[in-house]
Amino acid sequence: MKLSTRSGERIAKILIWTAAVFVLAVLLFIIIYILARGIPVISWSFLTEMPRSMGREGGIASAVVGTLLVTTVAILIAAPFGIGTAFYLAEYTKEGVITRIIRFCAESLAGIPSIVYGLFGFIFFVIYLNLGWSVLSGGLTLAFMILPTIIRTSEEAILAVPKIYREVSFSLSATKTQTIFKVVLPSALRGIANGIILGLGRCIAETAAVMLTAGSALRMAFSLFDSTRTMAVHFYILAVEGISMENAYGTAALLIILIFLINVVFNALVNRFVR
Amino acid sequence: MHSKFEIINFSFYYNEKRVLNSLNLNIRANEILSVLGPANSGITTLLRALNRLSDLDRGVRFEGDILLDGKSIFAPDVSATALRRRVGMVFEVPTPLPISIYENIAYGLKVNGKMSKNQISERVEYALRKAALWDEVKDRQHIPAMSLSGGQQQRMCIARVIALNPEVILIDRSCSGLDPISTAKFEESLVELKEQVTVVLAPHNVQQASRISDRIAFILMGDLVEEGPCEKILTTPDDKRTYDYVTGRFG
Repeated sequence: MKLSTRSGERIAKILIWTAAVFVLAVLLFIIIYILARGIPVISWSFLTEMPRSMGREGGIASAVVGTLLVTTVAILIAAPFGIGTAFYLAEYTKEGVITRIIRFCAESLAGIPSIVYGLFGFIFFVIYLNLGWSVLSGGLTLAFMILPTIIRTSEEAILAVPKIYREVSFSLSATKTQTIFKVVLPSALRGIANGIILGLGRCIAETAAVMLTAGSALRMAFSLFDSTRTMAVHFYILAVEGISMENAYGTAALLIILIFLINVVFNALVNRFVR
Repeated sequence: MHSKFEIINFSFYYNEKRVLNSLNLNIRANEILSVLGPANSGITTLLRALNRLSDLDRGVRFEGDILLDGKSIFAPDVSATALRRRVGMVFEVPTPLPISIYENIAYGLKVNGKMSKNQISERVEYALRKAALWDEVKDRQHIPAMSLSGGQQQRMCIARVIALNPEVILIDRSCSGLDPISTAKFEESLVELKEQVTVVLAPHNVQQASRISDRIAFILMGDLVEEGPCEKILTTPDDKRTYDYVTGRFG
């Protein structure tokens, strides 16, 4: 029997709704479950105190600072190189052997499991460059890890800027550099910012790669060369070694809240400064 | 009357496909020259070559030469940037940049530097007046240019070119999407500009060419069929193809 157009329409609608509701339900369940178990643990002292007895007691101040430090280093390194590469690919080269090699490398990098980055970071930064387990080693490793994301999203944002904007700029006697900085970059900024937010999220959530390169020291990191423990690593150790499920959930909840806050603040900044 | 542009045996190729065939054409100073012809005749290509916007395209090649005031625009010591300051361009569709009206018009001045804020705002006002847009936008120069109507956007694009004080303005079928009143205002500002600049216009139809041109050049499939004073081309052209086109038998 052939379906009538109307019932076909109705069935498609039901299927699509089911998919959306199912996904939403799963996501909400995870978030609510973690927040429900974690938020009661979070308090002012949990945020400001140093961990005691391996994290069973006390707070997670050093892990919060560690997370922010490592992430900041990673973004400060990956953003300029990533955006620069994207501009090179999109504006300064013809499609050719070199661009294909760069794209191929970037895409391959995107597919590598993070533990492999961790191993590379450990061998290269920690041991060979003798940076030790440190904020710098961790940040550098994460920078390599998020570079492909930033390159890809920035390049797409740059290519999405209408060609006619460039022509107008050139026809008004602007040079190539002026065109890129005054017309292309501002128009692409929102897309580029989205790429950076994606990278930021990955940095904050990364566990394996940071554990191998930034270490898992519980003390407060004061310089780029201090070892530190990020919140994700702290959570992992607390849970796996059975130290304190309670504090593990507290850390997880805070991690979710932190990512949420960073997204909100970053988006607000982008909306404020980008037309 | 001296020639502003001399186009000498000029051929142009896109990926080895010839779109202009050995064109020879003089464009006189302070005239409005309409370059008339059906779509895909190479008119846009010709206009883009005149301010070397064609440099941006890939896989292009030309033969022959184009002289501006007697000097080749392709000479190694002529920079495309300096050339485009002298030869401005208005595109087929309105092309506001995603910034305010004021910033759009000040753009060309700012990238060239050397002007104070006051000088720039004076020039913006001057350009807006010349483009017959001042009265409509004087109190809202800082709103996004995208929020103007199509006709206003197109006049803003003219103002943007005028602000640079060019010697030649190239206009590529710029009225295609405009209503009759906007078109009339657009044409008025062109006629007024003629005293200071040379206008090379790709009119969007024969009527427009008849309203404002001093001379008309008719191009068909990359060949210059004929050129001459406006009235002659429109009433008693030498070539039958020109006659057929201007009387609407094809095109």
